[in-house]
Amino acid sequence: MCVFRMKRGQKRGDKVEEGGGSVSGPGPGAPEVCKRLRRGDSEEREQEDGAVDWGRLPEEILLQIFQYLPLLDRAFASQVCRGWNQAFHMPELWRCFEFELNQPASSYLKATHPDLIKQIIKRHSNHLQYVSFKVDSSTESAEAACDILSQLVNCSLKTLGLISTARPSFMELPKSHFISALTVVFVNSKSLSSLKIDDTPVDDPSLKVLVANNSDTLKLLKMSSCPHVSPAGILCVADQCHGLRELALNYHLLSDELLLALSSERHVHLEHLRIDVVSENPGQQFHSIKKSSWDAMVRHSPKFNLVMYFFLYEDEFGPFFRDEVPVTHLYFGRSVSKEVLGRVGLTCPRLVELVVCANGLRPLDEELIRIAERCKQLSAIGLGECEVSCSAFVEFVKMCGGRLSQLSIMEEVLVPDNKYGLDDIHWEVSKHLGRVWFPDMMPTW
Amino acid sequence: MVVNSVHWFRKGLRLHDNPALQETLNGADTVRCVYILDPWFAGSANVGVNRWRFLLESLEDLDTSLRKLNSRLFVVRGQPTDVFPRLFKEWNVTRLTFEYDSEPYGKERDAAIIKMAQEYGVETMVRNTHTLYNPDRIIEMNNHSPPSHLQKISSHCESTRTSQETVANHYSRANGQISDNHDEHYGVPSLEELGFKTQGDSSHVWKGGETEALERLNKHLDRKAWVANFERPRITAQSLFASPTGLSPYLRFGCLSCRVFYYNLRDLYMKLRRRSSPPLSLFGQLLWREFFYTAATNNPNFDRMEGNPICVQIPWDHNPEALAKWAEGRTGFPWIDAIMTQLRQEGWIHHLARHAVACFLTRGDLWISWESGMKVFEELLLDADWSVNAGSWMWLSCSAFFQQFFHCYCPVGFGRRTDPSGDYIRRYIPKLKDYPNRYIYEPWNAPESVQKAANCIVGVDYPKPMINHAESSRLNIERMKQVYQQLSHYRGLSLLASVPTIQEEAEPPMSDDSQASSSTAGQPSSPTPSPHQPTPAPSTPPNSEPSTPNTSPSAAAPGAHAQRKRVRPSGLPSKQKSKVKHTNQAKGVEQKTDEKQ
Repeated sequence: MCVFRMKRGQKRGDKVEEGGGSVSGPGPGAPEVCKRLRRGDSEEREQEDGAVDWGRLPEEILLQIFQYLPLLDRAFASQVCRGWNQAFHMPELWRCFEFELNQPASSYLKATHPDLIKQIIKRHSNHLQYVSFKVDSSTESAEAACDILSQLVNCSLKTLGLISTARPSFMELPKSHFISALTVVFVNSKSLSSLKIDDTPVDDPSLKVLVANNSDTLKLLKMSSCPHVSPAGILCVADQCHGLRELALNYHLLSDELLLALSSERHVHLEHLRIDVVSENPGQQFHSIKKSSWDAMVRHSPKFNLVMYFFLYEDEFGPFFRDEVPVTHLYFGRSVSKEVLGRVGLTCPRLVELVVCANGLRPLDEELIRIAERCKQLSAIGLGECEVSCSAFVEFVKMCGGRLSQLSIMEEVLVPDNKYGLDDIHWEVSKHLGRVWFPDMMPTW
Repeated sequence: MVVNSVHWFRKGLRLHDNPALQETLNGADTVRCVYILDPWFAGSANVGVNRWRFLLESLEDLDTSLRKLNSRLFVVRGQPTDVFPRLFKEWNVTRLTFEYDSEPYGKERDAAIIKMAQEYGVETMVRNTHTLYNPDRIIEMNNHSPPSHLQKISSHCESTRTSQETVANHYSRANGQISDNHDEHYGVPSLEELGFKTQGDSSHVWKGGETEALERLNKHLDRKAWVANFERPRITAQSLFASPTGLSPYLRFGCLSCRVFYYNLRDLYMKLRRRSSPPLSLFGQLLWREFFYTAATNNPNFDRMEGNPICVQIPWDHNPEALAKWAEGRTGFPWIDAIMTQLRQEGWIHHLARHAVACFLTRGDLWISWESGMKVFEELLLDADWSVNAGSWMWLSCSAFFQQFFHCYCPVGFGRRTDPSGDYIRRYIPKLKDYPNRYIYEPWNAPESVQKAANCIVGVDYPKPMINHAESSRLNIERMKQVYQQLSHYRGLSLLASVPTIQEEAEPPMSDDSQASSSTAGQPSSPTPSPHQPTPAPSTPPNSEPSTPNTSPSAAAPGAHAQRKRVRPSGLPSKQKSKVKHTNQAKGVEQKTDEKQ
């Protein structure tokens, strides 16, 4: 509230002097900064006869302070005096920026003000290094993001993230429009190290441009659900970008060749591979990956995380978990059969984290116990719509013991039996874990 | 001195276990029971016909009971702030009693009335009976903050044992100030009078009133077998249908005292099991109610995302068409549509059904704000308490109270687990009644011949599914991760977010500027993840207390300026609001917002 009062007092209305652009609403901390500033004012007055002249703080100190302030607070501070206004524009403060592009009709959140965007493009685009775009579900917002991207001609980005906060809107843009904006960054930046472009219409030719310009620096590439990329397209990235350490993509892009390319001698150790296995229509057939390719991966990058998200119908699991697979984090987003979970126990020795959102009506007792037996690294588990008898669950926890750092079980999952009731189980499990534990609850309402 | 008492009914529509009403009777020369209702509001309000019917029936029942005691219920038309000065004078009132309302809105309304009563020299007496415990006491005993998880609430205090006496014994004094034209002035209005068209739909399932509530309580307790081998009642297809022993709407309107329910259940359990104390789960629903009442009592923004310090700011989509499909049961998922149909027709759905549709609307599939869902429930759900409704929606949408978000209820599989044969769906969506069990939860997967044989072609007679669940749950899990990863307090709480990533390394060496971009008004002020604190690996030792360290992600959320649109008619009683104070306040806020624009 004091924000408004202050503005009124100063007759500046909405226009924050020069650099701040006008900022569309009071952000976090705005009232505090007012308070702080006012307190500053009065202190200054009190100490007029001597001590501190805030206007003459050395630039380095000012920079230090400004780095800890959110943009809005800096904008207000920039109105205090010329020195602070100059400090507001120091390049160091503009390395990192998150554009939030939301339309009032499709989002509850406010957007980065257009004037601020203009200011940034005009005065600070060459300072930008770490940029992300958060875009709501409207096509206009995605377009706006592309417009900004295509104006970033004199910048050299290190990281770029295109993030859809609701329905993915980049997919609704004409592909060519999106591609041309994205390639502006690829061509000009030359030193991109991190690129997050999940749910976008990026395609093979644009990845070629990426590789041609940024192959030495690229470390992270996230491109889950990019339907216009082919296995050959991603293979080209893996072949050329030897520094790639983290990669996220959909299963249909995963091939033996890709794994071999990532395990080639010239390639650094991979740290992270995330695979989404999504069924487009029921009964879809999935290819399989050779055990030898996974073995090559593990030999080359013994510590890498393999994170797999499954969103499949139960009858589509045929090709999976037949041979050993070095998966570390496993997430079953839809119902998965008892049989498949049984195979998981047999084929996933590196498993660290397991989430089962749903399973049929038969208890998962033997499956869990087998997993406890065979997956010696398992430290986190989550169970949703499943059933486990209380005894089997206690046994499972006992076998895993203290290494289970995350144990998230919906209360309904646990079926009381003659050994343990629901009230006993919290004590029993807490005992084996060595800490207080409760099942997850949903409100009964 | 002559004592002329008025008891003001809002919730607590009963004579049994009603200490405020007892106070009214205490040594009084005249006693009048009033209910204040603004017929003009009724039609325009966001409260559905089922809730109004339930209320009117409850009032009728009160009136009938009072008649037996030679008294009547005075249903006064108007707004409390207008009505009371008139009544105070006309009836020469010296004492006003009512049940304590812990909800922020009610507290404000009551404070205004108490002040007004003082001005008129009327003594006021307020008693807490809508909840087992006094929410303020719980907060006090929990180091001055609402408990962050359920287990805590019960450990804090034992409720005051109630006498369970009904006022009937004391009512002899309540005497004949009933005028001949009572019905004309103070009768319980009909639905038609409130502007509802009722086309002989007399087949409603839930009959309002204390009499019905007490009958149901007896039936409920008669199911001794259940209590005796108490287990969590197994949820079957039958659970989904309205039960003749269901009590939640009666607790909501206070036709049944929650304390009476609690002690009856407890006594029965102890009699049958001879165990010292019954398990917490016996009182699950009651305790959840306490939990949310306590969480809401000092938070006027409890029913919204913006400016609500306990609510995580999630970039929900704004999508009126999708919302309408959900609200009207046209999603193309029979399980979801059947639930929404039952809700609209009968005013009650099972709590698992609530989970299913709430998850579907918010984090599971449609990614639409919980506030929209809460409003639909407020209109349709008989037992929608403001605090419980908002709290449960925040819970289910993973907006507050720290729970795992990895698990989204599947709009196909979840129903099938509960009711494999699909009887529930056939009852509420008769169009699908001839579908074989195999396809009844996913008719779009039925071969054309099956669809033809069932006389219901998907896309023609019944909608196609409005969304691909696999795809949307994949997206939504990612979005949730985005949200939670930004909140450093939540680190390590989420299974999915605990997967380490090298991303941090690529990020800049200085304080993250993401909050910089102007738009995050009301965002919980999360200390920005600093690159020097790497994401904890999954093996990081967890908090010794697994549930949650602390519920207020953003004690400092500067959302106080948030635009306050009082769209909420928080259920019937609070409809009769003391408008004055609010409008002023709202105006004040609006002015400020105007300046902002």
